[in-house]
Amino acid sequence: MSPISHGFHRRHTVPDGAADRVPPGQYVTDGFPVLSAGPTPHTPLTEWTFSIRQGSSTVKSWTWQELQQLPAETATVDIHCVTRWSKLDTEWRGVSVDTLLDQVEHDAGYIMAFSDGGYTTNLPLADVTGGKAWVAFSFAGAPLEPEHGGPARLLVPHLYFWKSAKWVRGLELMDEDRPGFWETYGYNMYGDPWKEQRYQGD
Amino acid sequence: MEGTAVPRRLSSGPLSWEVATVTEVTSETPTVRTIKLGVPSWPGHRAGQHLDVRLTAEDGYSAERSYSIAAAADDPVAITVERLDDGEVSPYLTEDVRVGDELEIRGPVGGYFVWETADGGPLLLVGGGSGIVPLRAILRQREHSGSDVPVKLLYSARTLSDLIYRDELDSYHDGVEIIYTLTREQPAGWTGYTRRVDQALLAETAWPAGKDPLAFVCGPTSFVETVAGGLVALGYEPGRIKTERFGGTGGS
Amino acid sequence: MDELDGNGAAGLLQEIFGTDMTIAVATCASCGSAAQIGESVLYAGGPGTVIRCRRCEGVLVVITQVRGRHCVDLMGIRALDMPVGSA
Repeated sequence: MSPISHGFHRRHTVPDGAADRVPPGQYVTDGFPVLSAGPTPHTPLTEWTFSIRQGSSTVKSWTWQELQQLPAETATVDIHCVTRWSKLDTEWRGVSVDTLLDQVEHDAGYIMAFSDGGYTTNLPLADVTGGKAWVAFSFAGAPLEPEHGGPARLLVPHLYFWKSAKWVRGLELMDEDRPGFWETYGYNMYGDPWKEQRYQGD
Repeated sequence: MEGTAVPRRLSSGPLSWEVATVTEVTSETPTVRTIKLGVPSWPGHRAGQHLDVRLTAEDGYSAERSYSIAAAADDPVAITVERLDDGEVSPYLTEDVRVGDELEIRGPVGGYFVWETADGGPLLLVGGGSGIVPLRAILRQREHSGSDVPVKLLYSARTLSDLIYRDELDSYHDGVEIIYTLTREQPAGWTGYTRRVDQALLAETAWPAGKDPLAFVCGPTSFVETVAGGLVALGYEPGRIKTERFGGTGGS
Repeated sequence: MDELDGNGAAGLLQEIFGTDMTIAVATCASCGSAAQIGESVLYAGGPGTVIRCRRCEGVLVVITQVRGRHCVDLMGIRALDMPVGSA
């Protein structure tokens, strides 16, 4: 049993009136921690594309310019990282995943988001549609910085933030669920912060 | 019980968290503190190694950080911690911890960034901010072992009051040259360097590559990368440049 | 976030493997370059610990901690050279 460090406490606790916005085991931060599994990629926008893939084929793809021409939305959401920090009222701008998937005919039940640098994360289709997810390129009114996933990241705020893949480059349509990067190493396939689904078996 | 010794474990053997007691606390600068630790089965440490500290709050929340050991192999184990404003662990260690408190530690660890007397020199030690801590351990190790290996220490800090161990560093004479650079603010009459370590500064202060020096570089990642790259450009053998990168300004 | 080096994972690695791993020389399965783990690139603080090849950025090691167990993937290391005996 670890000795208690008397007087030590987590940096931030739940602000007044926000208790029902903070999932169990989380603390609210004013900052925006930068946590990664690898180096920050720097794909030039002239080379950047976002693709929908099925198997080995690309069924639909957008260049950066084409993405910018799609209708974009502003979303103000709370985000929750599995490492226990939460950030309230974060403001993003991006294209809804619905807008992208609406242009593709499919009957997939799951997707695997894939990113520059090789990161992947899996999600049920139902959790990236119906207004629940975006390909976000702007944060707090400014272009998304590379260290936070820019030029664009997936944003799926109702699940733990490892599902909001930084440097996202596309979605692979899948019939069955398959674990992505962190899921392979023991993290939960779904990741609902309100049920504290951090690890497999939670 | 009489006659029972605490079993000594191998420092490079199996490792787990254990409870240490704070035996002494020393203020080095207004934001930096050295904490001496009593650890029941401490196997001994080597200059350059570090240990991990884990704090646990009453609600079970825990945080871990690594801190370099500030002591030579024959000194009692101690860490030097710099308080970071946005830190989670360092404010606790630099302000709240008292003699007699318990801390969970795991160590000593790190055989890569280690200097032992037999490793020889000449030594080039380059520290940025709290990167000075393991370098001070190396200097103490050299002093205690009676080594006459020549040393140059290049130490970069923001201001004079940020220099850690200044009196001790200035007390070394035989074969030790200390070069300070104060990058943000200098006292009146300062004749030392006033800029961040760059290629030119290294060229002016480091041992020539021809002396086959052994270099230890420690501090924030960008500092270490700049210095290591600069030493390679001066002809240093890459395998004789040991690096230890701290996050941010050196642990939190 | 600053990238750290393998020294930062020394404690975790020694706890798992029972010996100092920072001096172990790892041959990268992606590019074949060999380097001490202490010199390799470390990403920590997130959901897990990732150590990458300094030359090609390929993943060497992934470590997560799930319910008191360490989950360790070394598939990014083609070969590991360790000194014989302990210090």
